[in-house]
Amino acid sequence: MPADNQISRPPSRIQTATDTAFRALCQGFAWLALLIAVFIVLKIIIAALPAVRQYGLGFLTGRLWDPHKKVYSILPEIWGTLYSSVLALILGTAFGVAAAVFLAEGFVADYVFALLKIFKLQFHPFWGKLPKQMDNLLRNLIELLAAIPSVVYGLWGLFVVIPLVRPACHWLHAKMGWVPLFGTDLSGPGMLPAVIVLSIMSLPTITAIGRGALVGVPSRLRMAAYGLGATRWETILAVTIPTASPGIFGGVVLAFGRALGETMALAMLVGNANVISASLFSPANTLASLLANAFPEASPKDVGVLMYAATALLAITLLVNAAGAYILERTSSDPEGSKA
Amino acid sequence: MRLQGAGASFPFPIYSKWFKVYSVAHQNVQIDYQSVGSGAGVKNFIDKTVDFGASDMAMKPEEIARVQGGAQLLPLTAGNIVLTYNVPGLTDLKLSREAYAGIFLGKVKKWNDPAIAKANPGAKLPGSAINVVVRADASGTTFVFTQHLSAISKEFAASPGTNDMPAWPVGTRSKGNEGVTASVQTTPGAIGYIEFGYAMTQKMPMAQLENKSGNFIAPSTASGQAAIASANLPDNLIAWVPDPPVKDAYPIATFTWLLCYKKNSDPKKAEVLRNLLLYCLTDGQKESEALGYLPLPDAVATKVKAAVENVQ
Repeated sequence: MPADNQISRPPSRIQTATDTAFRALCQGFAWLALLIAVFIVLKIIIAALPAVRQYGLGFLTGRLWDPHKKVYSILPEIWGTLYSSVLALILGTAFGVAAAVFLAEGFVADYVFALLKIFKLQFHPFWGKLPKQMDNLLRNLIELLAAIPSVVYGLWGLFVVIPLVRPACHWLHAKMGWVPLFGTDLSGPGMLPAVIVLSIMSLPTITAIGRGALVGVPSRLRMAAYGLGATRWETILAVTIPTASPGIFGGVVLAFGRALGETMALAMLVGNANVISASLFSPANTLASLLANAFPEASPKDVGVLMYAATALLAITLLVNAAGAYILERTSSDPEGSKA
Repeated sequence: MRLQGAGASFPFPIYSKWFKVYSVAHQNVQIDYQSVGSGAGVKNFIDKTVDFGASDMAMKPEEIARVQGGAQLLPLTAGNIVLTYNVPGLTDLKLSREAYAGIFLGKVKKWNDPAIAKANPGAKLPGSAINVVVRADASGTTFVFTQHLSAISKEFAASPGTNDMPAWPVGTRSKGNEGVTASVQTTPGAIGYIEFGYAMTQKMPMAQLENKSGNFIAPSTASGQAAIASANLPDNLIAWVPDPPVKDAYPIATFTWLLCYKKNSDPKKAEVLRNLLLYCLTDGQKESEALGYLPLPDAVATKVKAAVENVQ
């Protein structure tokens, strides 16, 4: 474009100033966010230091939490946190990825289109929009799951999920009690209801990010697969999902972080008993719910111990996120990454 | 004039009722009370970030010593702690001391255990497991309940002992009165401890408990009052009734305390506070029963009223 064009002229002083100011503002807030994170972590660690000195690493490996005897340790909580999150993630990933595929492939739209075709309405100015709208509706419905408050999930788990799964749990324990997973009977709150609710809570994250990754798979890849004679089923399993897997994995890692830190719903459902058991029906405890339960009435002395537990939770979350980021980076350096 | 208080959640319903009524009657006075828990209440009180605190666990002598100018603890109301249960078909459960101490120690495991059956002749007790539900959060209610269990059972006193969040040997744990109630409601075979007022409003079944004299007593205002009347209040007004020796007393009842400074920085504030306290101890007591609290026996109320003068 010629330099003397009327439209292109050097920015005015005000424009430059606003530009610089805006950049400074953005930079400031970015640093502020980082500083706040560092500040929180430092504060927690400093508050935890006296307890760290007093209880040492035994705090992480012991099984007893007894304020009466002044014995504190959190292995059952660490176990419960990881066990519940991993199980919830297995369940959540299975359903979440399936839902993501369903949404990304536009199956609903196809069905609605086929239905409209019967009535010859598929190109109707009003009805013709329906397939796309149904797709959006379903997507929004799943994403709406993320907007439900944690405490509502907890109540739902307490009054709906537990009574619902109880007969099956009794049956499994009675018939297959020798399997460690069914080793104890479900008394009420316990690992299984917590895992079910937690997996539903992590579903929207996995589905939303997974769908984004699947939609981002270049359509020429899919077309190529079809061209080679692959069925839709084979294309999804062998081409689309593997190509989108780094993105899907990213969603799973995010969901894992959320599951580790989930507090309210778990405090209501997990049973809060300091038990280490592989059984799905046994009550357990998690770090986040221990903190939620013990903090309100904690004496100044107990606060240090709780801060130590909080540090442990922070470390676990940090490790998981770092590991996730690392794996993500490794896998997405593939030439055919889902960076579209 | 604005008074700020914080502390125990157990008396929150009656405190908020009192403070509201008082604020309406005295246009220029506003009282805020946050139910942050007894532990936090004591902490805020020592740190002087509030005008008064509240605690179900009173205060330890070393904590009182840390309050500059001295602290005056005033029992303003009292309550029962009840055992609520969910056993289909069972409406009138009697529990001997041996039975309910055993249940919370994890030794009595089935509903048809001889320890339970002995006190309930003719009742249809199922052979299913007892699902114990205890409080997950640290709470004054747990403190009082474990104090009672420690008083009636040497074994319980040794372990887990009296604490606001003990290492229970048995059961699942739920948060708050509402959490325990919900767990008991939805779990067949469950038993848990909650506050009397809460059980009353939720219409939960309450077990009759064997008291020190060997009588089975249902929780009620009268039986709870009989229990707290047996307390011999010393000058600091801190007294527990871990095991009332009265024949018609319900065995688990407790006072709950308001924590006041003996020396307030603002004499006007102190005057308003004294006025408020006198209202709570006279007309205010009439509100107790409807909310499931125990009106203070006259002798106790008189003694507490006299102590209000120490708040200056």
